[in-house]
Amino acid sequence: MTEKEVTIKNRAGIHARPAALIVQTANKFSSKIHMIKDNEEINAKSIMGIITLGAGYNTNLRIRAEGPDEQEAVNALAELFERRFEEE
Amino acid sequence: MKQFTVLDLLSLNLKEHEALDLRCIAGRSGLGRPIEMPDVNRPGLTLSGFYDNFAFKRIQVFGRGESAYLDVMVKENRIDALAQFFKYDIPCAIFTYGLKPPEIFKELAEKAHCPVLQTDLPSTDFTARLIRALSEVFAPKQTVHGVLIEVFGIGVLITGESGVGKSEAALELIERGHRLVADDAVEIKNVAGNILMGAGANKIIGHHMEIRGIGIINITHLFGVGAIRDRKQIQLVVELEQWDSTKNYDRIGEKDTTTEILGVQVPYLKLPVKPGRNIPILIETAAMNERLKKMGYFSAKEFNRNVLKWLESENARAVYFQNTDNY
Repeated sequence: MTEKEVTIKNRAGIHARPAALIVQTANKFSSKIHMIKDNEEINAKSIMGIITLGAGYNTNLRIRAEGPDEQEAVNALAELFERRFEEE
Repeated sequence: MKQFTVLDLLSLNLKEHEALDLRCIAGRSGLGRPIEMPDVNRPGLTLSGFYDNFAFKRIQVFGRGESAYLDVMVKENRIDALAQFFKYDIPCAIFTYGLKPPEIFKELAEKAHCPVLQTDLPSTDFTARLIRALSEVFAPKQTVHGVLIEVFGIGVLITGESGVGKSEAALELIERGHRLVADDAVEIKNVAGNILMGAGANKIIGHHMEIRGIGIINITHLFGVGAIRDRKQIQLVVELEQWDSTKNYDRIGEKDTTTEILGVQVPYLKLPVKPGRNIPILIETAAMNERLKKMGYFSAKEFNRNVLKWLESENARAVYFQNTDNY
């Protein structure tokens, strides 16, 4: 199991477009990927789930992956957050 | 868990026979106080000066008796005793029957930053409603990935890997007149220890679905209010799974299989998916079969019982007609 903590750095937070990006990225990996905010844990391969988190600017999230490509999956997702989902 | 404060209690959106009908009459500065126990205390004994085992962490309910006693305390000028009461970190004081606390009580509450609330309900009614509301707030919770839909009155939770076709199956079920409760993120609460109540994890985006190739759709607008509901007890879990030819799937269904969610056993089915299998109709059938079971008729068991009876009678007949009918 691999975990990484990320912070949302784009002003708008996770709305539909970033959520779609996350899901697209997550679906490239066969590992089970979850995102955790406070005590809520949702599947990172489900777009509605991610939007449901209601993660706004400066929120901390944890990405957790389990499976054969967990390391790559977590890194790829963390990079999306780093690049602010290519916004701004 | 996020703290549940007195302000949260005031803003609980409960309707009709569940409404608490609360308003704040003093001590607004303390509305951020957390409520940590889903229970109430009648502070009669405490007011009279007995502070042993004072359950100060509970919500303090003042009914007619307590309120009348407060009036006596004020008349006899026992303000110190009242001040003593507010030395404890009580979450809030609630007056029932629309009773008004003495002015001095409000002042002390104001000073101690303790919210004072009022309701028009009688004490017994109010306490019952409050405990019901709080037990739901404090109920164990879990968010699961799946779709919750009401099919013929049975709450069916469809789970399975991402991309297996949960949302598509649900969409066809909605089209066939069933009701969507939540898509993708279902929040499950264990109410009263043995009831699993499911609802959308987020009200704002409730009743939207994501369908690959179409995008996000609004079920309420597309199919009308008849196609949705806010919450539903989970009575059946159906897991969709890609058909695996090396696996043995249940062919008879004579055994009751269950899965555990938050400590409650729920009937559980595993449905293999492959082209040509119409999943919505299978789910409808499973839901109807579940209803039949609830009504006391277990198709698979009943069928097997009949087979056994028939075999037995054949055996019995064979004893009488031994070797005589071999033509």
